[in-house]
Amino acid sequence: MVPFGGWEMPVEYSGLIAEHMAVREKAGLFDVSHMGEFEVEGRGALGFLERVTANHVGKLVPGQAQYSALPDERGCPIDDVIVYRRAEERFLVVVNAANIDKDLAWLQSQGPNGCTLRDRSDEFALIALQGPKAEEILRPLTPIDLASVAFYRFAEGEVAGAPLIVARTGYTGEDGFELFVAPEHAEALWTALLEAGGPQGLVPAGLGARDTLRLEARMLLYGNDMDETTTLIEAGLGWIVSLDEHKGEFNGRAVLAEQKASGAPRKLAGFEVVGRGIARHGYKVVLGDEAVGEVTSGSYAPFLRKNIGLCYLPAPRAAAGTEFDVEIRGHRVAARVVPTPFYKRPR
Amino acid sequence: MYPEEFRYSKDHEWIGVDGDRGRIGITDYAQKQLGDVVFLELPEVGRTLAAGDQFGTVESVKAVSELYSPVAGEVVEINSALAAKPEAINQDPHGEAWMIVVRLKDPAALDGLMDAKAYGAFVESEAR
Repeated sequence: MVPFGGWEMPVEYSGLIAEHMAVREKAGLFDVSHMGEFEVEGRGALGFLERVTANHVGKLVPGQAQYSALPDERGCPIDDVIVYRRAEERFLVVVNAANIDKDLAWLQSQGPNGCTLRDRSDEFALIALQGPKAEEILRPLTPIDLASVAFYRFAEGEVAGAPLIVARTGYTGEDGFELFVAPEHAEALWTALLEAGGPQGLVPAGLGARDTLRLEARMLLYGNDMDETTTLIEAGLGWIVSLDEHKGEFNGRAVLAEQKASGAPRKLAGFEVVGRGIARHGYKVVLGDEAVGEVTSGSYAPFLRKNIGLCYLPAPRAAAGTEFDVEIRGHRVAARVVPTPFYKRPR
Repeated sequence: MYPEEFRYSKDHEWIGVDGDRGRIGITDYAQKQLGDVVFLELPEVGRTLAAGDQFGTVESVKAVSELYSPVAGEVVEINSALAAKPEAINQDPHGEAWMIVVRLKDPAALDGLMDAKAYGAFVESEAR
């Protein structure tokens, strides 16, 4: 167990690689109850969320979710979030555990007019069932028609008798679901899922596999791959920045629109280590003879069996094929920019 | 659990001595703490080590750990097959996954190391 954002969480259960492979080939079950949940409700909720998030909230229909971020006026994320539209005027915003207090203070400072903003993090446990067998495992436990719950859609109903929200979202690059459930039902739900999924190969999976899975899929980790010093465009998140006229003005729009049009000075690039060694978070990145930054995330990738990572490079040098070095324990080891995501699931 | 014929360091290396040669690896406790090992870096044959010198690095998916020689000596052999198959460190840490052989500078220097029983008690106290 390791401390993580004030929670004690298992890094691994049966072994990181076994858990990683189970999620890629069968299914894994994650306890991600540490994530924060804010509710934004009222006549002004949509307008408020349009102003404080980067993506176009108005495009969502009830039952639909969206990956987004809370940019500051410089276009850098206070956090990355998922916005769930539960009704016309009722939204759930899922935020990173370590940022709950910061996000809440930030959102309150942005003037939530005509709506209520409430931190409901203590009222939700979150269990993620991820992997190609996820739907098959969940189906017998719920009356919800899972086939109709498309990617980034969600439904409210029951699973194993517990009232909850079932969302087709995740942080692994696989098909799967995230189940928002009241804490008092969480343990029974966890047990019911593991029992039901056991025959299909479902195993509990820890923080370690969650990190290697998300990295293979090039999903970013707030605090490592992006923070208040990186714009959303630099982080490669231009696809969640909506310049739609119906969205209107929002924090950071001017900077983000400018960078979207003319490019950012640097870009988050995915790389493979060509030489021997594992590039890890914080290791120096050297381009020619110039230290240009640090590895933001880096690991052995269990499914790909390669050493991969992410780092910021000057935009002109961030194209696939560019070679540079990562300094590993005082030695320069060759690395090469590659197209991302590193891993894409077969469909 | 821990072979009687080995001696153990507080850094969780074992050494099995035969004459003036000592074979060195990491303990079962160490491999369990690391998790799935995916990378191993070993020294060149011929390198001279003082007791406590770093002789290599072992990495699991999540962690980096330095390897320290429990004794002084010269590296006379390395397990190159292991560097190509580092997962053997998880499977057979006290056997197939030996890492280096050193020619001991002073065979009496083993006296500062723990025997199997003392090491077992040591890791139990560390785990608490």
